[in-house]
Amino acid sequence: MTASAQPLTLAAEAGAGGTLLWVVLPYVSLAIFVLGHIWRYRYDKFGWTTRSSQLYERRLLRIGSPLFHFGILVVLLGHIGGLVIPKSWTEAAGISEHTYHVGAVVLGTIAGVATVGGLAILVYRRRTVGPVFSATTRNDKAMYVSLTVTIVLGLAATVAANVVGGGYDYRETISPWFRSIFYFQPDPALMSGAPVLFQLHALSALLLFAAWPFTRLVHMLTAPLGYLTRPYIVYRSRDVRLGARAPHRGWERTGS
Amino acid sequence: MRVMAQMAMVMNLDKCIGCHTCSVTCKQAWTNRTGVEYVWFNNVETRPGQGYPRRYEDQDTWKGGWELNKKGRLTLKAGGRFKKLITIFSNPVLPSLDDYYEPWTYDYETLTNAPLQEHTPVARPKSLITGKDMKISWSANWDDDLGGSAATSEKDVLLNEVSEKIKFEFEQTFMFYLPRICEHCLNPSCAASCPSGAIYKREEDGIVLVDQDRCRGWRMCVTGCPYKKVYFNHRTGKAEKCTFCFPRVEVGLPTVCSETCVGRLRYIGLVLYDADRVLEAASTPDDTGLYEAQRQVFLDPHDPEVIAAAERADIPRDWIEAAQRSPVHALINTYKVALPLHPEYRTLPMVWYIPPLSPVVDAVRDTGHDAEDHRTLFAAVDALRIPVDYLAQLFTAGDPAPVDAVLRRLAAMRAYMRDINLGREPDAAIPASVGMGEEQMYDMYRLLALAKYDERYVIPPAHAEQAHSLEELATECSLDYEGGPGMGGSGPFGETSGGAAPIAVENFHALRDRQTSDTPAAPTAKATRVNLLNWDGKGSPPGLFPEPPPGSDDGGDADSGGEVEPKP
Repeated sequence: MTASAQPLTLAAEAGAGGTLLWVVLPYVSLAIFVLGHIWRYRYDKFGWTTRSSQLYERRLLRIGSPLFHFGILVVLLGHIGGLVIPKSWTEAAGISEHTYHVGAVVLGTIAGVATVGGLAILVYRRRTVGPVFSATTRNDKAMYVSLTVTIVLGLAATVAANVVGGGYDYRETISPWFRSIFYFQPDPALMSGAPVLFQLHALSALLLFAAWPFTRLVHMLTAPLGYLTRPYIVYRSRDVRLGARAPHRGWERTGS
Repeated sequence: MRVMAQMAMVMNLDKCIGCHTCSVTCKQAWTNRTGVEYVWFNNVETRPGQGYPRRYEDQDTWKGGWELNKKGRLTLKAGGRFKKLITIFSNPVLPSLDDYYEPWTYDYETLTNAPLQEHTPVARPKSLITGKDMKISWSANWDDDLGGSAATSEKDVLLNEVSEKIKFEFEQTFMFYLPRICEHCLNPSCAASCPSGAIYKREEDGIVLVDQDRCRGWRMCVTGCPYKKVYFNHRTGKAEKCTFCFPRVEVGLPTVCSETCVGRLRYIGLVLYDADRVLEAASTPDDTGLYEAQRQVFLDPHDPEVIAAAERADIPRDWIEAAQRSPVHALINTYKVALPLHPEYRTLPMVWYIPPLSPVVDAVRDTGHDAEDHRTLFAAVDALRIPVDYLAQLFTAGDPAPVDAVLRRLAAMRAYMRDINLGREPDAAIPASVGMGEEQMYDMYRLLALAKYDERYVIPPAHAEQAHSLEELATECSLDYEGGPGMGGSGPFGETSGGAAPIAVENFHALRDRQTSDTPAAPTAKATRVNLLNWDGKGSPPGLFPEPPPGSDDGGDADSGGEVEPKP
């Protein structure tokens, strides 16, 4: 983890490599993310589940799972705050760069440690508890690697930037680049200047997003927030699709 | 008044001999797959006993069902919506596999392919979860027939509610069987607990189902159901539960458990109820008032107003007629001999039970008195507080009065019918003593003792207008689907991912897989497993016998040291 305050960059300038990494790859992974989810939802509703292993083991899960999930939710909020909300907005709201930075570092470190700790417990559990391990697919293993790498790189980038370099203001470079993708004027030069750990974090995240629809992570997209508002008892009419075949009518319907 | 129809069941516990045929046939029909080895949509419990999963009735621990909060409003005992979402990452009150049991099979292969040795080879138990050797210590029926009750009787949740003396004496006093399926409640707490809204109650017949495409495996329904009749499939990561055999019921056939019941103790029929009064009934302040409150929710299908309202609610005419002939309605509301199981859970369960008179009759007979005489039996019902209190814990939230009344009716029927069968003058005073007429008592006797198939199961089929949904069963070969999605085994995202296969195709492939597979423990190579229970004895599916060693075509093996191997 050789953190460097100097702009040691992957692509020297926003040349062909920079364009490939910070323009093409984001759009490709975004497209796979969106279309993949649509495809998965149409093709594999039955496989769309958390695949909970609580039945096998609950002592470790009870600590690890909430730790990880709540941690990652805070991390998600932090990313939205850091990437989506422009610096000018927070400054207009009277939050100075220093205040923002301290808040982000403190909150981010707590959430990051909780996430990594929870993830460590979960991975340990998955490897050591027999039934849980035997229920682990190759897909799961690849997903765990990808997820762990992304999270660890993210935490490393933050820690390195703050411990060694006295802070890196990603809201000048990474955040505008991130937003530029969404209004279709991507600027790879912004990203080419970022520290290498941030770059690696972004790259691994892009790869993770591309793999996302094909892993068990899809359960995140169906987080049951609707539960807060729906009526308790659901009534449904008999489902004509239960036989899994589109019904075709053999005769014309009569009046009733 | 909002009329809805509910397919319901009544079980006459006096007739249950505890043979477990219902459990076995149900298991073979619905849950003989990997991931649901420990799942019993239907199970038969010996009472007194712990039940399955162990001590499921202890709602202080498991938090199933509903309760009234301080303001008297109905809330889920395990916590409301917000608490559910907060604890979604690790459900704090989910029974673990230890509370059910670790499913296993036996390593039968050793018996056929073990080398020649001094000792007879043994088929060791192998865990179906880990595939490793295991020590069997519990199963779904470990305390069957009070087996081991000296060690486990104090774990019966209901016995803790009654006195010390009873705990001590119960074994000599009484025992009976309690078959249980999903209750298909009017106010299902499993459905209310489901964060994804995947569990629903069908409008047409009230059957509670899990939409396998919408279930995301949040596991809250397992906690929510106080009867612990929603199970988690640990391979697919989805909840599964008793379906009331809806594919059979839709074509007018009874459920598998009913169809195969040896004692013919199950009755299936429609009940019409007022959906607008369900919440009010479930919120009855007093636990002991719930039985009566639920009965008040049911509507009289002969009442012209009810019929008119039912027609307005689009309930077909033949369904209304079926509701009028319904044995379930008769047993619950006309003869008032059926009682709900644990009404205090406030889910308004719809599988009801006729409590067993046999403990009382046995006790009287053992004392040498006339066990058919209604006076003796009435006195015994009054005197034998042990069974009555226990039954009251089970069926009426602890109020002995309704149980008393039911047992008296059954006793009266017994005495009254004896006179008729012996050619004596029937005594009209006997039915009168339990508030029934002679005609009515005879009708009840007919229903309880003589009723034939079509009287026990009054099931109006799903409607002809909807026949296309039944096509799979009737009109064309559903197996022309080879290579479709979900064809046994695993899709790209784990166990049986991919779209839903028609049920018939699924059964066909599951059966074929089982007949042509060879490993004892499923998780290792479950594509090749032989299940002898499904082998019809014809032919020999590949894998039934071990592969002959190469070069042994002549039948004898030169290397076996002169010993001749036994031939099948």
